[in-house]
Amino acid sequence: MAFFKRMVPALLAAALLGGAPALADEQYFPLQSFRVGPYAAPGSGFFGGFIDYMNLINVRDGGVNGVKLTWSEGETEYEVEKGVEVYQRLKSNPGVAAWNPLSVGIAYAMIDGITKDKTSLVTIDHGRTDTTDGRVFPYVFPLLMNPYSESSGIINYLAAKEGGPDGLKGKKIVVLYHGSPYGKETIPIYDLLARKFGFKVVQIEVPHPGNEQQAQWLQIRRERPDYVVLRGWGVMNPVALTTAQRNGFPATKIIGNVWSNSEEDVLPAGEAAIGYTALTTQASGHDYPVLKDITEQLYDKGLGNLSDRGRIGTVYHNLGIVNGILNVEAVRIAQEKFGHRTLSGDEIRWGFEHLQLSPERVKQLGAENLFHSINVTWDNHEGQGYVTFQQWDGKKWKVVSDWIAPDWALLRPIIEKSAEAYAREKGIKIRTEADVDTVSAK
Amino acid sequence: MMDSPELLFAVEVAVGGLLSGVMYALVAIGFVLIYKTSGVLNFAQGAMVLFAALTFVSLVERQVPFWAAIAVTLVIMAGLGFAIERTVLRPLSNRSPMTLFMATLGLSYVIEGAAQLIWGTQVHRLDLGVSNAPFEVGGIFISTFDLVAAAIAAAMVSVLTLFFRYTRTGLSFRAVADDTFAAIAVGLRLGRIQGTVWTAAGVVALVAGLLWGARLGVQFSLSLVVLKALPVLVLGGFDSIVGAIVAGLVIGATEKLAEVYLGPFVGGGIESWFAYAVALVVLLVRPSGLFGKKLVERY
Repeated sequence: MAFFKRMVPALLAAALLGGAPALADEQYFPLQSFRVGPYAAPGSGFFGGFIDYMNLINVRDGGVNGVKLTWSEGETEYEVEKGVEVYQRLKSNPGVAAWNPLSVGIAYAMIDGITKDKTSLVTIDHGRTDTTDGRVFPYVFPLLMNPYSESSGIINYLAAKEGGPDGLKGKKIVVLYHGSPYGKETIPIYDLLARKFGFKVVQIEVPHPGNEQQAQWLQIRRERPDYVVLRGWGVMNPVALTTAQRNGFPATKIIGNVWSNSEEDVLPAGEAAIGYTALTTQASGHDYPVLKDITEQLYDKGLGNLSDRGRIGTVYHNLGIVNGILNVEAVRIAQEKFGHRTLSGDEIRWGFEHLQLSPERVKQLGAENLFHSINVTWDNHEGQGYVTFQQWDGKKWKVVSDWIAPDWALLRPIIEKSAEAYAREKGIKIRTEADVDTVSAK
Repeated sequence: MMDSPELLFAVEVAVGGLLSGVMYALVAIGFVLIYKTSGVLNFAQGAMVLFAALTFVSLVERQVPFWAAIAVTLVIMAGLGFAIERTVLRPLSNRSPMTLFMATLGLSYVIEGAAQLIWGTQVHRLDLGVSNAPFEVGGIFISTFDLVAAAIAAAMVSVLTLFFRYTRTGLSFRAVADDTFAAIAVGLRLGRIQGTVWTAAGVVALVAGLLWGARLGVQFSLSLVVLKALPVLVLGGFDSIVGAIVAGLVIGATEKLAEVYLGPFVGGGIESWFAYAVALVVLLVRPSGLFGKKLVERY
């Protein structure tokens, strides 16, 4: 009885306050993470960084305009079927903001589902290139850099090293790619870039998982290329570097792509990795205000997500933080239009389609030089991210270039052609700018 | 000195393949040891390779001296092998080969999970102090590391061969392998023999784990090296240590030559399945492999 006596006034008070929400507004991020299995190291770094940033927003700012960020994780082990199972299990939770599976395979499998759900799918630095075309893929966002931009950025960097676009004429470049849809995605674009710049390209496949590459590197030695572009993933990367060393090919002539650019890729290779250069969209290291906030406000208080503090500021951790910034800012931008409350997936799609962060805004967010800027529009879902290059000195990555712009004008017609073919195949109506503000509040 | 650059290249591809094949054989020998005495295809051998390398490198990173870490890991791997035999396989004795295979399949997931739970999921560098840099012999690049790996494999095969031929325990292994019931009838203790052989498989896993770990880095992908060992076993025979070595060399050289000379005609990246294609052909022609014991069954 005592219990009911205490509850009655509380229930009366709640009834009188009627208009107040029963629960604080929350925005939910379902995370298809992978913390065990062959890709556990990148998965734990990336999702650790993503969670750290969302946690920082809650702890430091009290959420996004008072809306608390929440999340839960489902383990995928980087396997498509498990990723889809996690998607099916978590999609009915209230307030889903966006999906971030960090897997090309899982992302491909989700495109139809998330389009039907009207919820965004973010594939930062990867994904299907033609999803850049927001006219056909309204809910997919290969933020910062799609695979074609990555290829163009690498070739622009090599051209700059050779003294300008004409410097690549007559050169030979080998692209060593992972034997998967991800690895094969850029085959046509390297052929196109070879024609444009006048270099010869030889593309060689490494079968998954890539733990044996002697045949490929002997072929490379026979080709005598000026550069090797490494488009690897996981164990393929350190094995490429050690096998290059065994075959007398210098690491200074190897340029890695964005999934060959982490500490986990170079540390196992030891001295074979010294001098190796790789592309990145975000710098590594701790010297950024946002990283200092995360360290002081989370890790110093035992709230950090990484079990090993030594991994703070590593490539994958920082990529997760940048991914967090982009997701949170999309929510913030959408809130300015639709109100400071829990938003629908479609409202946050609108936020992503207006995700424009100038270098000045990036500085305000404490991420100056961590990444450059982004300029997403309704029809350009990549956002014209800039790339930079870092070189491994045996202990840490050191940035060795300015921010470089890929050749977006060259790539856009190819992307549009591919997206339009997809639209025809699937019977999708191509959006116009007038469709952008048609937003579902559910 | 060879005159034709193309011929020199072909020889270099073949030599590279042979050296890779030695690494495959190192893993295959662990399978053979178990199969030879118990008839079990131990799918968990790859997970044991991962567990051994991860344990060793984690100890070294915790400032345990190199040789002490080797000794501790040896004890742990011997204990793991012994525990597997006692807690999983002995209770399942006399069950069908498929049941035993499925048990080891499940075991591989348990060991992989335990390895990551105990030591974490980070990628580690393993430096054995052997240079990977190449030196030139008649225009062919060979790395010191590959030669050391080949020497270790040769030493291991020699020791195992001597052990099986001249020691009391080794002879007991062979007796059990030849006729289990007869071996029991003459008083051999089957449980102790199988416990010892699982312990030996744990030790072989450590050797393979150290060499593969130094090449790949110590990470989860180490457990995938079993995929390289399976065609070797089919070709060489599941119960022949010499067969594992010879088949490792054949598979290594064949897949590399196929990758270089056939790959360009079919889009490349063929070496992973080409080894299995070779194994399949051998399976059709000679089901017990090149060196395996031929089974004669009467109905």
